[in-house]
Amino acid sequence: MNVEYLVQLFSDHTMQVVFLGALVLGVTAGSLGAFAVLRQQSLLGDAIAHATLPGVGLAFLIIQNKSPLVLLIGAGLAGWIGTLLIKVITEHTRIQRDTALGITLSVFFGFGLVLITLVQKMPTATKAGLDKFLFGNAATLLVEDVRLMIILSTVIFSILFLLWKEFKILVFDQEYARSIGLNVHFVDIVLTTLIVVSIVIGLQTVGVVLMSAMLVAPAAAARQWTDKLSVMVLISALFGAIAGTAGAITSSTISHLPTGPTIVVYLSIFVMLSLIFAPNRGLLWDWIRGYIQREKIRTTSMLKNLLLFSEIHTDPFHPHDIAALDAIGRGTIQKTMKDLSKKGWAKQFTDKRWALTPTGLEEAKRLTREFEENIYVEPSI
Amino acid sequence: MVSKQEKISQPAIDVNDLTVAYREKPVLWDVDFQAPQDQLLAIVGPNGAGKSTLIKSILGLIKPAAGRIRVFGKIYRAQSRMIGYVPQRGSVDWDFPTSVLDVVLMGRYGHLGWIKRPGRGDVDLAMECLDKVGMTDFMKRQISQLSGGQQQRVFIARAFIQDAPIYLMDEPFAGVDAATEKSIIGLLRELKSKGKTVICVHHDLQTLKEYFDWVMLLNVRAVALGKTGDVLTAENLKRTYGGRAAFLSGAADEAEEAQQT
Repeated sequence: MNVEYLVQLFSDHTMQVVFLGALVLGVTAGSLGAFAVLRQQSLLGDAIAHATLPGVGLAFLIIQNKSPLVLLIGAGLAGWIGTLLIKVITEHTRIQRDTALGITLSVFFGFGLVLITLVQKMPTATKAGLDKFLFGNAATLLVEDVRLMIILSTVIFSILFLLWKEFKILVFDQEYARSIGLNVHFVDIVLTTLIVVSIVIGLQTVGVVLMSAMLVAPAAAARQWTDKLSVMVLISALFGAIAGTAGAITSSTISHLPTGPTIVVYLSIFVMLSLIFAPNRGLLWDWIRGYIQREKIRTTSMLKNLLLFSEIHTDPFHPHDIAALDAIGRGTIQKTMKDLSKKGWAKQFTDKRWALTPTGLEEAKRLTREFEENIYVEPSI
Repeated sequence: MVSKQEKISQPAIDVNDLTVAYREKPVLWDVDFQAPQDQLLAIVGPNGAGKSTLIKSILGLIKPAAGRIRVFGKIYRAQSRMIGYVPQRGSVDWDFPTSVLDVVLMGRYGHLGWIKRPGRGDVDLAMECLDKVGMTDFMKRQISQLSGGQQQRVFIARAFIQDAPIYLMDEPFAGVDAATEKSIIGLLRELKSKGKTVICVHHDLQTLKEYFDWVMLLNVRAVALGKTGDVLTAENLKRTYGGRAAFLSGAADEAEEAQQT
């Protein structure tokens, strides 16, 4: 993809609309997703997204109009009813939360699919294009769609900014929040509504099937890089924006490529890189830390054993046969002894036998003393 | 707000005929509970006795099936900021992306009201409270990097910053080492000396007499309430812990001895 092509791409009016729409939805879903993930409500996002589908179908059937506002209001209402249903089932029946999520998701989605199919078959609505709500189609975004998305997302961010501390305490410690007089129910309703609206914003572009990925994936990736809520929300918004715009542009330039799955492919790159390479929380980091720790333990425990061996003899620097040491070295003895000699703690005689050096003796004594005093100090490696 | 005269006669917390049930199963049954002011009081009982439920009912976090709860003679509303709550450590996700200072500042959210963010003055207060619990050095630390005892001290600092007349603490000694336990009890005594009422859910019968002035024995029903020395009898412990009282005989013996001297 050369520069000229890119310039041409972005000077194209349709592409500008697609880009802007994907940007808005990526930033909004990414930010709100951080709260959904931290509340351990990732699956709720998925259920809400699927639950919006019958709303789209019903709104069209009733109003006979495919203006974005009408369809999105229908979607939002259906998403809200789905959320409420999950809450009621969880709190008032003996059905577990995950089951309630599963039931709501599949029932609403199934009902939605039936409605959409019926609508598509209606002679008055053959070109309604409601099927784009399934897997998303960024290329069909119109200026008026994007205008509505920007308005909704401005409202979302204003509320998020104003109620930042309320959302934060709600997510971290709901019971304590109630104990200091916060109207937790109200804050919960507002936060959930914002999540519903952020899902609704992305429906046409990403589709109900994969919309939850827009919420969850950027947030899960962002969590890897920071220990600060505000930074996590920013990074999550950034990841959402990049994956959203990249996916929308790619899918718009290749015919018949649905947008939702394309965005998810980009998102998965962020998630994978974050899971592996993020400092502190990344897998690679974990692995390196574990390796260093094991190496330390391997050499220092051998050093302490050498001290024990030497105490049998009057001379602490008495050399020992490698075979005798191997009984405690468990197969890695050659490497361990080489590591020790590199640090100057042990030396090998011409007859291949090993002995402590004076500095090795001091270090071994220090380690043993610390071990006995039960104060673990990092060995000086 | 409360005159000296009333202070002597009026209990800090007054619970009458409190019954709480989860579905059909009663967790608290017809409990009466009067917490005297300016004392360290422990709520003691076996697992499932309803200790946490009692605390949460007082705070209004749980809706009782029946009963009346008064705090300083009035129906309690969380907005009135009379109670500083220290929940069980395990009740939150310690991997939440926030710092020690941020958690303590949450104790100011009730005072701040809607929308307003904590300011310089709140941060100063938080630093003061962190200093009291010996956590100043950990101010900027991410909360997942804290040990159990440190987590507990952060929660206590968060309650301190509320500067409430009553503190309700759910197992403040659970899973902390001996040194932290001593420092926490020091903090509780300091609160008492400032005229605060401190009520703790407690588990260790061995330290009960040393730490607390008053004790409530609870096992779904209220078994006994009074000065620790008076209440901690073999008979009462048996009524609280039932057949499992054998292993508690040490504490009871001690209690009896204390009564005789």
